[in-house]
Amino acid sequence: MTTAPAAAAEHAAGDSYLTHGKGIASWLFSLDHKRIGIMYLALIVFSLFLGGVFAMVVRFHLWDPSGGLVSNDAYNKMFTLHGAVMIFLFVIPGIPSALGNFVVPLMVGAKDVAFPRVNLLSFWLFVAGAVLFIATLVVGGLDTGWTLYPPYSLESSRGLGILLALTGVFLAGFSSILTGVNFIATIHKMRAPGQGWFDLPLFLWALYATGIIQIFATPVLGITVALGFLERVFHLGIFMPEYGGDPVLFQHFFWFYSHPAVYIMILPAMGIVSEVVAVFSRKPIFGYKFIAMSSIAIALIGFFVWGHHMFVSGQSKWANIIFSFLTLLVAIPSAIKTFNWLATLYKGHIILKTPMLFVLSFFAIFGVGGLTGLFLGTLATDIPLHDTYFVVAHFHFVMVGAVMIAFLAGLFYWWPKMTGRMYDERLGTASAILIFLGFNVTFIPQFLAGTMGMPRRYATYAEQFVGLNRVSTVGAVLLAAGLGVALWAFVASLRHGARAPANPWGAATLEWATSSPPPHDNFAVAPRGVPPYDYTGLTHASDEAGWIPVRPEGAR
Amino acid sequence: MTEHASARPAHEPGTHVMSPGILVATAASLMVLTAITVTSSRIDLGPWNVVVALAIACTKATIVALFFMHLKYENRFLMVILIAAALFAALFVSFVVFDTVQYQPEIRAADQAVRKGS
Amino acid sequence: MSHLAQTGTAGAPEDRFLAHHFPDMTAQSQTSKLGIWLFLGSEVLFFSGLFVAYGVYRANHYALFHYAHHFLDWRMGALNTVVLVGSSLSAAWSVRCAQLGDRRGLRITLLLTLLLAGMFLVVKYFEYSHKLHNGIAWGAACHPSEEILSTLPASVRALPVPKDLGTFFSIYYLMTGLHGIHVLVGMGLYVWLIRRATRGDFGPGYFVPVDSVALYWHLVDMIWIFLFPLLYLI
Repeated sequence: MTTAPAAAAEHAAGDSYLTHGKGIASWLFSLDHKRIGIMYLALIVFSLFLGGVFAMVVRFHLWDPSGGLVSNDAYNKMFTLHGAVMIFLFVIPGIPSALGNFVVPLMVGAKDVAFPRVNLLSFWLFVAGAVLFIATLVVGGLDTGWTLYPPYSLESSRGLGILLALTGVFLAGFSSILTGVNFIATIHKMRAPGQGWFDLPLFLWALYATGIIQIFATPVLGITVALGFLERVFHLGIFMPEYGGDPVLFQHFFWFYSHPAVYIMILPAMGIVSEVVAVFSRKPIFGYKFIAMSSIAIALIGFFVWGHHMFVSGQSKWANIIFSFLTLLVAIPSAIKTFNWLATLYKGHIILKTPMLFVLSFFAIFGVGGLTGLFLGTLATDIPLHDTYFVVAHFHFVMVGAVMIAFLAGLFYWWPKMTGRMYDERLGTASAILIFLGFNVTFIPQFLAGTMGMPRRYATYAEQFVGLNRVSTVGAVLLAAGLGVALWAFVASLRHGARAPANPWGAATLEWATSSPPPHDNFAVAPRGVPPYDYTGLTHASDEAGWIPVRPEGAR
Repeated sequence: MTEHASARPAHEPGTHVMSPGILVATAASLMVLTAITVTSSRIDLGPWNVVVALAIACTKATIVALFFMHLKYENRFLMVILIAAALFAALFVSFVVFDTVQYQPEIRAADQAVRKGS
Repeated sequence: MSHLAQTGTAGAPEDRFLAHHFPDMTAQSQTSKLGIWLFLGSEVLFFSGLFVAYGVYRANHYALFHYAHHFLDWRMGALNTVVLVGSSLSAAWSVRCAQLGDRRGLRITLLLTLLLAGMFLVVKYFEYSHKLHNGIAWGAACHPSEEILSTLPASVRALPVPKDLGTFFSIYYLMTGLHGIHVLVGMGLYVWLIRRATRGDFGPGYFVPVDSVALYWHLVDMIWIFLFPLLYLI
């Protein structure tokens, strides 16, 4: 405690992590988790933009049944790169690497993540992976679909693109493993004094569960793409039938990672929702332990369901039946979470700020996305729906409607903490409404087209689907406009946003106990653990001063 | 920090010094088991050869983990990590092998049907 | 190194290795240990893919695998097993030396571990070059020479050379190759440890790097414990 006055004085002078070091190198080689988080954020937002551009090309191409915009060949490359960039460079790393890196040490009251240099290595591996993905564009693109299934993907006529993409996935995968190691070690060993396991904010439980998957599933992706690479170069006969290999084996390898990876995407999103819904209902989260444990349950059950992607791939009958049954089990912990969130709203004092608007749209969209997942997990209904637009709509409901919207909720929620600036609430509200509308107009027609039998991934389609496709394209424009408004809100905030108080929302988790933006060492005085959802000790002083403790410090 | 606060008084995990006797005995038992696995493989036990070889390998791996990697003297959570990794790996191997054994006959049958047709 | 506490409180000499975000050395070393174990867990799953490939092709081509393992010399495999167990013993001993502050013993055991690791790779090199000289490569490139066929046991020599022999050797080269890369990385880590040990960095208060690299090394040993019988013996 003796250092407190000195630290406070330093802080009063306006030293924050943003001003702590100057020059580009002080960012690029920073070991500060906050700066690394911000760099991830920049890269991830760029990836979202890039993937979005590819998506718009796809949607405009499908305006016309015969495909109006680009050649069929270019269309194949567009939807492949849209999928690959969005999955590997936006949805998977988005919440953990960008928001998680910034928030995790703050939430446990630590000065940094457990292994800051590993964190920086992880960032640069991700940059290298991203650069290789961009490089595939230069060498002629990639047209295999993001799943990279052989034999098609590993034929020599695919060219250099596939080798670059495989290497990029390998590097991005190792980046993800190292992030997972860092988060689990940080949550285990660096919690503030007095912060027990059940004093952790639920976002940390979610990232802990995510870490389990990153550590145990991602290495399988690494070996998969390494084998793919070697198969392509040396013709080993592991995946390619013409050399004696088995392409179904690739699918087992790929989905052993890529299904759990779906939970790498959704679990952190659920964590953000848990934070925001409690803060903006001014009520302790309902069923804390159930939400925490259901995150772990989802992570573990997620390892047992990969075969549901292979129902029509020649997988055996018994494997199909077992995987179908196990898949339905995931619905249980997911539903537990949803009911607890809705119970948190009940009789709450709901404040409709931007993060909460995004979270409410998450509830609506995740509900539909989750339930349609049951149709696809059930063997009998999956077979006619497989590889139709129904599947496309389902996973966009989960990955865009749930994950991207939760990412935006988290970004608006933590933005004042990250930048020290408030955003314009009107712009935030407008973007939330536009994104919700645009999203539904884009993807509800795809459910309908899918049930009517429109197959996915084709550059052209039958005349009967033209109406639905045009509605979907209009929706995509609305969605893009909504994202544009969100970007506008952030840029405007950086240029002339009001100064953010330490705690603008009245949240009780530790990251709000330090200034906005936080100092280099995060806290002027090392904090003690507090109940994360107890709002009784806070009172709203004013918009400028935000929420402040009711009782004098130390009275707890 | 609760866990390391509570773990500290008993014995500081990770500071256990392995005695020379245990280290040598560990290495010696690994050598003996290597000899046994070589010998057993030279006797034809049919499908049981694989089982015996894997059982011995698992025993050796357990010995390495407990003593060389001193998991016996560590925080139990570290053992949980290794066991979880081994279980996930076993899940992966066993399920894929189970599936491939099921579908390969179908592929062979289809293969033969194609050849007959052509 | 900027994040190391330069102005650390006066105390044990090893406090110069205390990073600024940990309260004390105990917290730091326990966190490092957790980190290295999480990484090792990840490594197990990284290798698991190759065991899946082995399992699938063995299940589908049992006769081929039984035939092909005769090309591998179990004596070389057994020798390498002994070498690796010896290096593991030496690695475990180096941790003991560091904990007890025996600097001379530490340098000797680290060096011995490195030498045994090198010896493992030398044996592996002879095995690889012998096979490649005799046309035993991976995949479709596998065409065993008459010379090496003549060294097989008579009962095996009588059998025709199977069409997909290369599949076994693809898996052989993948498994032993990935393991070999891990051995190489381990050797690099031991060179680094020897330099730091010579500088006098390690002692009873600070031995996390010695312990962590040893843990990694034991995992490499553990993988070989499975590779040896699966590839050479059955």
